[in-house]
Amino acid sequence: MSVTPRVRVPASASPGEVISIRTLVSHPMHTGFMEDARGEIIPRHIINRFTCDFNGETVVDMEIAPGLAHDPYIEFDVRVDESGEFAFAWHDDDGSVYTQEARIEVG
Amino acid sequence: MPMNRRSFIGAVAAGTAALSAPMVMGQVRPRVVVIGGGSGGGTAARYIAMDSQGEIDVTLIEPTRRYYTCYFSNLYLGGFWDFDGLGHSYGTMASRYGVNVVHDWAVGVDRDARTVALAGGGSVPYDRLVISPGIDFVEGAVPGWDVTAQDRMPHAYKAGTQTALLKSQIENMREGGTYAMVAPPNPYRCPPGPYERISMVAHVFKEQNPTAKILIVDPKENFSKQGLFEEGWQRHYPGMIERIGPDFGGDKVSVNPETMEIDIDGLVEQVDVCNVIPAQKAGRIAEIAGLTNEAGWAPVRPEDMRSRMDDAIFVLGDASQQGDMPKSGFSANSQAKVVSNAIRHELTDARLFPARYSNTCWSLIATDDGVKVGASYEPTEEKIATVDSFISQTGEDAELRRQTYQESIGWYNGIVDDIFG
Repeated sequence: MSVTPRVRVPASASPGEVISIRTLVSHPMHTGFMEDARGEIIPRHIINRFTCDFNGETVVDMEIAPGLAHDPYIEFDVRVDESGEFAFAWHDDDGSVYTQEARIEVG
Repeated sequence: MPMNRRSFIGAVAAGTAALSAPMVMGQVRPRVVVIGGGSGGGTAARYIAMDSQGEIDVTLIEPTRRYYTCYFSNLYLGGFWDFDGLGHSYGTMASRYGVNVVHDWAVGVDRDARTVALAGGGSVPYDRLVISPGIDFVEGAVPGWDVTAQDRMPHAYKAGTQTALLKSQIENMREGGTYAMVAPPNPYRCPPGPYERISMVAHVFKEQNPTAKILIVDPKENFSKQGLFEEGWQRHYPGMIERIGPDFGGDKVSVNPETMEIDIDGLVEQVDVCNVIPAQKAGRIAEIAGLTNEAGWAPVRPEDMRSRMDDAIFVLGDASQQGDMPKSGFSANSQAKVVSNAIRHELTDARLFPARYSNTCWSLIATDDGVKVGASYEPTEEKIATVDSFISQTGEDAELRRQTYQESIGWYNGIVDDIFG
């Protein structure tokens, strides 16, 4: 399964500005409650945690339960006071961690 | 019936059509030239010739001898329709209805002299001209792509060899590979077409290449029958299809046909098949004739599809800008009947009926899972406006979906018979 994480972060902002960040990851998000065509339960397989750090400091740390739709879309606002790097991570039930980064210039 | 000059000529023409009528009557019969033998032009040529019963001399200029319908070409991609079943010829139009079918390209229109120039030399005079050239692609719409790349990255949005090429690429794609579609911005031919195509490609992959992926890169926020398609994709092809809209850079895409890479606002993806459907405009001859606006389409009057640039010219089908009707074969066929009536009224005093238009677009999502959207339309002062509309609902039962699909087959057989049969 190929999972592609995508993020949208503005390239620049002024000090103290609140910016919107959007993220999208392709993932089936099987809840563990659905049946396949043969009537067998499709095992649970979801992204169970999403994090975003800015310059090493936690911005978002989100626990995700079954029920979020496939291809999870997460949007949040963050105040930026300085230039730096956002680091995003999506944690899969199978142990995989998908990461993405984005830089913003503040000034 | 009172005999006037026109009906007298008509009676004579009908009686002598099998002999050397064109030589004798060429001087007096009004002449209609139709450019483009698709759903718009083909219908107009046939209906004007058929309903005028020989009173009007109709010439159809169409470069191809065999016409492949864009509608149902997605079903061919999905394995639900034969390639040969998409092709139709002009034999009946010529032999039964007396349309003079000229297989050539129209390369110029002299609106003062009222003649159409042909690529093969010579020109054809007209009293009324109908232009129904379909679409062409906007140059530079997808950076990196032009028509010289259409063998590597097919558009398959004019049916025929391109459709066959795309099918072969889909069926020969490596196991677990990625099929990407660069979807077009509005307005374009067949609004649900790209998404029905996605459904058909997914159907092929589900059977033949179940680990394959489909990536749609789309400049539009929303698309036709979106709720129905997304419900169907989730149900029939879960996890296979990913769509990148403008909020994630779907409106900022470029391609590299050499390396088979697509760049989505800086994020580069390697793909195996890339179906590029560029932004569209009216077919070239409408532009050459000076009938198009800055948006690239030919504005027409809502009551009879007459060009806003020239009273002797009618533009119909995908090339026209008329208001609310989608660019579809059904729309063009419906518009052509209004045009046919308007022209016969002007040239032969035929009774004029108020314009009524209609359209339905069916789409197939999976085996026996058909959906539709449609409306009826009437002319207002500014545009052709929607009167009543209908759309399939999410959650419909399988039997209703099967009936909708069967209805679409009935429609296909009906419309091609209406034009070519």
